[in-house]
Amino acid sequence: MAGPTGRRHEGGPALSAQLALLYDLGSTFTKVAAVDLATGALVAWAKAPSSVATDVTEGLETALGEAEALGGFDRRQAVWRLASSSAAGGLRLVAVGLVPELTGEAARRAALGAGAKVVRTFSYELTSGEVRDLDEARPDIILLAGGTDGGNKSVILQNASSLASARTDAPIVVAGNKVVAEEVARVLQAAGKQTWVTENVLPSVGVLNVDPARQAIREVFIRRIVHAKGFDRALRYVEGVLMPTPTAVLTAAQLLAQAASPARPRDREAGVPAVTPAGWPGGVVVVDVGGATTDVHSIGKGEPTQPGLIPKGLPEPVAKRTVEGDLGVRWNATSILEAVGVEAIQALMEKVVPGAVAATPGADVARAVTSLREETWRVPAAAWEIALDYALAASAVDLAVSRHAGQIEEVYTPSGKVSVLYGKDLTEFGLLVGTGGPIVSNRLRTAIVRAALSSERQPLALKPRRPRTVIDKHYVLYAVGLLAERDRAAAWRLARASLIDLQGEPS
Amino acid sequence: MGMTSGTHDTGAAGIPGAPNLVMGVIGVDVHAVGNKILEYALRQAGFRLTNLGIMVSQEEFVQAAIETGASAILVSSLYGHGEIDCRGLREKCIEAGLDRIRLYVGGNLVVGSRDWHEVEETFRKMGFDRVAPPGTRPGDVLALLQEDLGWPARPGAGTKEAQP
Repeated sequence: MAGPTGRRHEGGPALSAQLALLYDLGSTFTKVAAVDLATGALVAWAKAPSSVATDVTEGLETALGEAEALGGFDRRQAVWRLASSSAAGGLRLVAVGLVPELTGEAARRAALGAGAKVVRTFSYELTSGEVRDLDEARPDIILLAGGTDGGNKSVILQNASSLASARTDAPIVVAGNKVVAEEVARVLQAAGKQTWVTENVLPSVGVLNVDPARQAIREVFIRRIVHAKGFDRALRYVEGVLMPTPTAVLTAAQLLAQAASPARPRDREAGVPAVTPAGWPGGVVVVDVGGATTDVHSIGKGEPTQPGLIPKGLPEPVAKRTVEGDLGVRWNATSILEAVGVEAIQALMEKVVPGAVAATPGADVARAVTSLREETWRVPAAAWEIALDYALAASAVDLAVSRHAGQIEEVYTPSGKVSVLYGKDLTEFGLLVGTGGPIVSNRLRTAIVRAALSSERQPLALKPRRPRTVIDKHYVLYAVGLLAERDRAAAWRLARASLIDLQGEPS
Repeated sequence: MGMTSGTHDTGAAGIPGAPNLVMGVIGVDVHAVGNKILEYALRQAGFRLTNLGIMVSQEEFVQAAIETGASAILVSSLYGHGEIDCRGLREKCIEAGLDRIRLYVGGNLVVGSRDWHEVEETFRKMGFDRVAPPGTRPGDVLALLQEDLGWPARPGAGTKEAQP
């Protein structure tokens, strides 16, 4: 499930080379990537089973030791030592808004973009039962929104009182109606809650403002959560646990997207080109398939590319992340099967490996899917297993990107047919990146990722049409995102060396 | 850093303390010009305004009114189906706790040449406080709002530029 283990990089770095050590303190495996800052070359990468329950440093030391042996470097060559964390079930967040489709959804989008796992979303006034549910959801952090600026004040104030009486000691980020934000904070602080006040996620109905809330969530993550999850010990090895791993992936996607558009002065100085020499237009889509969930990130405005489309619904964030909690190729393999049907899975298997269905034990694909749940560690080896994993992962990618992408709805009006656009138009997005164990470790990985493309079967889904497709073979996306925080030029070199050049395409 | 979509308001705040208004063209009506003209007039008058644009459902009006704490919803309908589209909006507002919100409606509300008083009566029974006949000018709308909401504070303020 967890992709390639450490391997030796040809040549190895000079002993004088300056390196970055980039960790993902994962829930199953702790990963480390050692990167030569001058060339962007991946010197070594390694993973070791995590030891969060006991001591986070055990897995870290094992992975680092292995990487040192494989890459022929010394840890003292490291200039940067940074980590992201996807450990301990992720950053559990509860979002509270007013109207579900407005501040409720805006809060959810802000939280997802901050790399959080949104465990519950509540709307309107919290009932006493909902406050109990909230406590039972064991949030690491609460995002409290409600009311546009100058709009409704009473609901967020009442919800602050309800949260004040809740048992949870999770820090609370207040991102609602600015007129009462300070009052909301006073109510919460009087009850001993740690409170951060930031800008409204929905200052007016047509304006989404998620970045300040994302920044606040990240600050809380760095200052409180890392400590609460027992990562302090890791600080012997790293300068800091900078962000949740999904945020690191989103940051990497942003770097790739910026490389495609006119460079900002900061990027130009850093050597990030205005347009990549090979060039891709427009935005970036990243699909990340896992055992339990499938994440999709898109970077770009996603404005309508066809004339006459009428955009509706809440505005979309430029950097958007969605998480499909029912689409994963191990723990949630059966829900993929239920969503697409066994015939579709079988057809996909036969397409890539003729005879795969007959080769499945008992020729029973549904049963094979069910047993994946019990054998989540299993890495496919036989041809039929690879075909089954392909079929499940490709279906997950197809569904997840369809849900993430905008949809056209055709409406018949007295003045003729009108096309309404809900969501982001990804059709002209130019780069598609596949990551996650089930994708990168499958020899059919490119075909899996290309399940994200638009098809004639779904003419109204605005999925990417002709993107360049690349695979994050060595799990460097999180490392690119981490490194971008300290050295954007080096992060760019790493992305180019690992993602683009590896595909054998001109750079 | 916000982002706006084509049909939505641009979040201009209006004058602090001014009433919050929600406006839009109801149903599957795509007539956008009058909507823009009225938006301009209302913004000039300093209202805090959420313009939902064209093709707005009853639910969207109600949701926006809750979130913005609106004092009034201004519904436009140009394509003749206003009667069907508007039926039930008052009831939805009551259900949503917007029991004191004022409802305005205007445009070409019905097809054909029905007697205006009959049309007005129909919409009043549906729970609309003000029913504006075809040909109503932005200045007339401002006068109604002034009377009902006491804003703009000076009678007639902001109407000058709004007159075509």
